[in-house]
Amino acid sequence: MTKLHMLGSNLLGLIIAFGLSATATAQMTINGAGATFPYPIYSKWFDDYAKVDPSVRFNYQSIGSGGGQKQITAQTVDFGASDGPMSDENLAKAPGKILHIPTVAGADVVAYNLPGNPALKFDGDAIAGIFLGNIKKWNDPKLAALNPEAKLPDMDLVVVHRSDGSGTTYIWTDYLSKISAEWKQKVGTNTSVNWPTGLGGKGNEGVAGQIKQTQGALGYVELIYAIQNKMPYADVKNAEGEFVKPSLESITAAMATAQIPDDFRFSITNAPGKSSYPIAGATWLLVYEQQKDAAKGKKLVEFLKWALTKGEGMAKDLEYAPLPENLRARVLKRVDEIKM
Amino acid sequence: MQILRSAVFGPAERNGIAQQMSPPSRFGDKAFEWLTLAMGLTVVALVAIVGWQLARGSSLAIDRFGFHFLATSTWDPVAENFGALPFIYGTLVSSLIALLLAVPLSIATAVYLTELAPLWIRQPLVSLIEMLAAIPSVILGLWGIFVMIPWLRDYPFPLLRRLFGWTPLFSGPVYGVSMLAGGIIIAVMILPIITSVSREILRSVPNLQREAAYALGATRWEVTRIAVLSYARKGLFGAVILGLGRALGETMAVTMVIGNTPQIRASLFAPGYTLASVIANEFSEATTDIYLQALFEIGLVLFGITILTNLVARLLLKTMAGAGTTRAVQ
Repeated sequence: MTKLHMLGSNLLGLIIAFGLSATATAQMTINGAGATFPYPIYSKWFDDYAKVDPSVRFNYQSIGSGGGQKQITAQTVDFGASDGPMSDENLAKAPGKILHIPTVAGADVVAYNLPGNPALKFDGDAIAGIFLGNIKKWNDPKLAALNPEAKLPDMDLVVVHRSDGSGTTYIWTDYLSKISAEWKQKVGTNTSVNWPTGLGGKGNEGVAGQIKQTQGALGYVELIYAIQNKMPYADVKNAEGEFVKPSLESITAAMATAQIPDDFRFSITNAPGKSSYPIAGATWLLVYEQQKDAAKGKKLVEFLKWALTKGEGMAKDLEYAPLPENLRARVLKRVDEIKM
Repeated sequence: MQILRSAVFGPAERNGIAQQMSPPSRFGDKAFEWLTLAMGLTVVALVAIVGWQLARGSSLAIDRFGFHFLATSTWDPVAENFGALPFIYGTLVSSLIALLLAVPLSIATAVYLTELAPLWIRQPLVSLIEMLAAIPSVILGLWGIFVMIPWLRDYPFPLLRRLFGWTPLFSGPVYGVSMLAGGIIIAVMILPIITSVSREILRSVPNLQREAAYALGATRWEVTRIAVLSYARKGLFGAVILGLGRALGETMAVTMVIGNTPQIRASLFAPGYTLASVIANEFSEATTDIYLQALFEIGLVLFGITILTNLVARLLLKTMAGAGTTRAVQ
């Protein structure tokens, strides 16, 4: 009997201890879901922010931009994330006003595989021609004129594109729609489109794999991916007629010169400015202007401010382009207007 | 409680109890029957719920595209114009290629393992084959991209093209990623299941069968053919159907090697697309309602095809049952 009694009191003690420790470390969890492209930097932010404010924990599911938009609209998460801005139609479905908070940006590069891998240059016309299936050979006069010093072989062009819906494709098709009327009319802009030509690879790794193994292949991958896999990628002619190498600096430059409206639903493809790389795009966090839960809203705003100041400093280490100073100031001001 | 006791107690006591409880209560039997019935119905209900959900999720698309969805080949998320025909074609053709490759290989392996292989080699071989089944789909897919595709493109495909290039099946440019590559990777994935089920079935063929055939002076090949394979026909067919079920739904690995191009081409070297692949590729980034609904309808079509092929298989099995077993027994 005494044994049982002791066991009982031990158990009681345990329960109390658990209860106490639970209240002592009571944490607020802020849930988010969406884009996969910024997932590495977001998880670094959430990790580091746990040291800044231990009372709040962020839980982010990288389920894709489509899912991010759906879940923030349905209010099943506290914030969403998307690689493309939400359409007017989708915004209208939300029960409140959704703000777009740009965080970082990336670029698509033209990656290729040729014997000897010479440095190449492309302009919008050439890229559109290739992806529309009008330019079929590497020694096409258009490509030869752009690359007088490279010896282009008499080889079939094998076009490779993403088969899965992705922000990368959104940026790519957005650029092509701006540069080519034919593309805009025949294909258009979306996270996945009806491709006139080419092979579909799943994910950056699928596209990169096919390019690496196929002589004569050309496709687009994220800049980070091309750098990490040491793939050759081309300079692209921008709106001012300059050939620009894709880099974090030339992406930030594009954001600094692009026309950015006050709702931050902007596109930085084919941006003006001499040093802007033309095939780039930002990624956004999606939050309600009117927060339902005041305590959570306050913490979320604190985090957003931290991300847009301290957080931006970490971007380059992870190969993301940070926002330019002028844009960052505007976004911070908007974050201040979030209401609890 | 009494029933429990009767199971535990010895025969003498059981008799005693049995006398006490006359007429014997059938409550346990009944309960068991109801329980298993409930379990069985759960499975039926699950299938029904899945079908209903898919139909509900795609009602808008069904209304808008109607029969066109099954008969047209355009898949344009920008213009929101959707047709599933190339995906249906790709699913059926890639699965058929997989079966053509995997069935002879699997059944031959199973025959070797049960009839011919020395005892010491059987267990290691069986374990190896079962390990093949444990490789995650995505890993097989990566292996497909980085190892299988370059090899196929450099050796077997050019050879096939040289030998059979005059047929439409093996003509056109060779990229590596293709319907054929998709079929081959599915074959690798369904090989273990067909092999292990076939092996179990061949093992269950009574030894009397073999002994009788030997007694009549049959050679080893004749014994295998007449006494074993013919006897087990029905079961082997079942194994193939299990493999087909898996082939139809196979997603990740196929997506990585099939080329993901919604088109219908006679050439097996041309890239294709499957129903499961397009869902995996596009579902997470689909933002408009009709686009999502079209993907749901793709799911519904896949669901329908799976059920249909299974039904056809069952019917075939029925027509076959008489012939196969009776001849073997006679």
